[in-house]
Amino acid sequence: MRPEWQDFVTGKWDREINVRDFIQRNYTPYDGDESFLAGPTQNTKDLWAQVLDLQKKEREAGGVLDMDTKVVSTITSHGPGYLDKSKETIVGFQTDKPFKRSLQPYGGIRMAEKACSDNGYEVDPEISEFFTTHRKTHNAGCFDAYNAEMRACRSSHIITGLPDAYGRGRIIGDYRRVALYGIDRLIEDKQAQKDSTGRVMTDDVIRLREELSEQMVALKMMKEMAASYGCDISKPAANVQEAIQWTYFGYLCSVKEQNGAAMSLGRTSTFIDCYAQRDLKNGTFTEEQIQEFVDHFIMKLRCVKFARTPEYNQIFAGDPVWVTESLGGVGVDGRHMVTKTSFRYLHTLENLGASPEPNLTVLWSTRLPEGWKKYCAKISITTSSIQYENDDLMRVVHGDDYGIACCVSSMRIGKEMQFFGARANLAKCLLYALNGGIDEVTKKQVGPKYRPVTGDVLDYDDVMDKFMDMMEWQADVYVNTLNIIHYMHDKYCYERAEMALHDRDVKRYFATGVAGLSIVADSLSAIKYAKVEVIRDEDGIIVDFKTTGDFPKYGNDDDRVDDIAQDIVHKFMTAVRRHHTYRNGVPTTSILTITSNVTYGKATGNTPDGRKKGQPFAPGANPMHGRDTHGAVASLSSVSKLPFNDAQDGISNTFTIIPGALGKEDQVFAGDIELDLNK
Amino acid sequence: MDGRIHSLESFGTVDGPGTRFVVFVQGCPMRCKYCHNPDTWAMTGGQMMTTDYILEQYHRNEPFYRNGGGLTVTGGEPLMQIDFLIELYGKCKEQGIHTCLDTSGIAFNPDNAAMMEKFDRLMPLVDLVMLDIKHIDPEHHKELCQQPNENILKFCAYLDEKHVDMWIRHVIVPGITDDDKYLYDLGYFIGQFSNLKALDALPYHTMGETKYEKLGIEYPLKGVPAMDKKILIEKKEKILDGIRARRNENH
Repeated sequence: MRPEWQDFVTGKWDREINVRDFIQRNYTPYDGDESFLAGPTQNTKDLWAQVLDLQKKEREAGGVLDMDTKVVSTITSHGPGYLDKSKETIVGFQTDKPFKRSLQPYGGIRMAEKACSDNGYEVDPEISEFFTTHRKTHNAGCFDAYNAEMRACRSSHIITGLPDAYGRGRIIGDYRRVALYGIDRLIEDKQAQKDSTGRVMTDDVIRLREELSEQMVALKMMKEMAASYGCDISKPAANVQEAIQWTYFGYLCSVKEQNGAAMSLGRTSTFIDCYAQRDLKNGTFTEEQIQEFVDHFIMKLRCVKFARTPEYNQIFAGDPVWVTESLGGVGVDGRHMVTKTSFRYLHTLENLGASPEPNLTVLWSTRLPEGWKKYCAKISITTSSIQYENDDLMRVVHGDDYGIACCVSSMRIGKEMQFFGARANLAKCLLYALNGGIDEVTKKQVGPKYRPVTGDVLDYDDVMDKFMDMMEWQADVYVNTLNIIHYMHDKYCYERAEMALHDRDVKRYFATGVAGLSIVADSLSAIKYAKVEVIRDEDGIIVDFKTTGDFPKYGNDDDRVDDIAQDIVHKFMTAVRRHHTYRNGVPTTSILTITSNVTYGKATGNTPDGRKKGQPFAPGANPMHGRDTHGAVASLSSVSKLPFNDAQDGISNTFTIIPGALGKEDQVFAGDIELDLNK
Repeated sequence: MDGRIHSLESFGTVDGPGTRFVVFVQGCPMRCKYCHNPDTWAMTGGQMMTTDYILEQYHRNEPFYRNGGGLTVTGGEPLMQIDFLIELYGKCKEQGIHTCLDTSGIAFNPDNAAMMEKFDRLMPLVDLVMLDIKHIDPEHHKELCQQPNENILKFCAYLDEKHVDMWIRHVIVPGITDDDKYLYDLGYFIGQFSNLKALDALPYHTMGETKYEKLGIEYPLKGVPAMDKKILIEKKEKILDGIRARRNENH
């Protein structure tokens, strides 16, 4: 056994690449509370003050402090960068200095140029020329292959947010492999994978062999990059500091090469804890030191930045990276997977203060230990920085070593990946159904010339019939557009670093998504249970509605409308499943437009539910604002009825509640009198 | 049996222990100046609902209430519909649901034998009574709520005798119910009861005002500021002082 693995329980993991097996044999569930945690060290405070100062300067500079305009970012393109080398226990930045955004043109040169010019920088003309004339980008490839219908759908926003001009993201490398095995072992493994491909050179085999070669190149570059920071990651990590550092290097390589819509970290805390437990036991490090490593790691994750355009930031309401880290959950053997390091990760929100990044996501189960539940609740109350997801639901599908990419997309780490596919605007599709494919805003014929609705009062069966036909068309053009996008992304902007940390044969989820579900459900409910008259413009296009009478609204635990919502999700998914998907991706759908719902609303006309043209959609699977009038549980119940089987890429519900509505403040409520009197 | 219901709330977190399904009944004889639910006063209106319908709504979301929560009836004044309560709570007990009654106690009347017979039947079905004592002093009580407090105070003793757990709620309004002497007296009074399990001192807030406007009723506490949280904690201590004093005497 390798010396770095001393004291670890051996198993399958030392004979094959199998991080899950390592974790399961070596982790220590922690049932206690947060009292063991250590505060920030002076070095942590100093470094964080430096980051805060940089953040301030960045804001003052209008959102960007520095951009690289000359060096195309690769794993090894930049020399080492530091905040303060003497104080950092975990090192590494995307470029040679913190807060300097890298230049990543492979997704699309125009997007890269615009990201610079909008922020007052200019891409080196030689680079622009190179990526226009000599090296095609993902974006150029997509537009070469798009047909007229796809372009029209894109412009009219019936299909929105397509990743055809920027990195698709949502792929999580198993960064833990770098720490557990070291790069040399991973290269050996990849070589064996390449030697194991079929001998008949079909398109698939050729592509696989080329990709595996690319992955090996990336692995070698990782070693080189780490060496520039003085770390030899050819070998496994020998202690907890190295385990965190090696894992971070793996992640860092992926954000040096990919400006993805979501660049998530995975599920690292319980893995790291195996090392932390061993080092604590052996006296290698103290609790304070281990917390310092974790603090510095999280600090680095908070400094991940990309060059993006203001429009992009508008769609995503800010400048998110989605460094999602999944914590906790329960193992398939019934043991919960909360460790002391799970606490240490959350504790960074106290040591460094609240932050949206990394997106710390608790995989929630009713069977999590009480101490952890309480600590999560406490940190949620004090920092509002924790996301929760249903482990009891996802474990059934993904086992106990999955992670979340972006906000809700679940996948087994290193074994599954996703082709991110933005979303279809269902509210607009409903309007196309009424108008026979004519866009209600641009008045152009975008969809097929199906028969429009005639008459002045909408009939439920008639509308449903037309809507189903239009949805079939929408799913068709949507899936085919995505087929082009992912083909081109693989070809021109391949994620070699992330895929190097995957198995050879990965399961690819072909993710689609929908926006405007609650609008469609309420609109159909209005048509069914109230009277909806249409108002046509001078060209006979339906542009507004007059609704008389009340109707059940999604978000009130009312089956009459909740059934409609479920039915639509199922029918959309059925329509998607009918199609061929690139690389035999497994189709999924999400209902999760957390921020872009505002942008989608702007592009969509009046809807029969009473929503006015331009008004935002509700986020994700949320009921429309103010229409859930039966309290939080009823609202949540409506959402929870949506079928996970048909929306396996995730269902999100954005839930805001004033603290007072969640219960009494403890100082105000005296609680048990007897206890109080003993003071 | 039908109850006259104002509304149902599926996520009650401040009306008893845990997360609770809350039934707001329609109709109340009290006219407390600080009442923030004037829309529940009228003895007419509301919606008629059967106990089975209410329990069906409860069970739709039962997992939320499982962990230390249950069902609370508040209002309005629940005891004005005591027959309905007996049936509802009876079914709750059959189904293992924790029951909580949030009341002003105004309907309690030891001189009315028929009513007492109903109270005697109700009590075994109630796990917790949250009794809102508006004011300990009879005159001030009458001034504040237009009703005497004599029977309300007797209700405490009755609950103690029946071994029904009791929380006392008290709204602290600046200039009206924040007098230290009366707060101490309140504590001293409730301190004698062994069924007293908790004290819930509620800060007066002004969120009810808009409801008055909508209903076209003049808001009696116009201009009275919301209760400051810090002062509230001090005031709560006064009540606790009274409780402690009484309990020490009794020991």
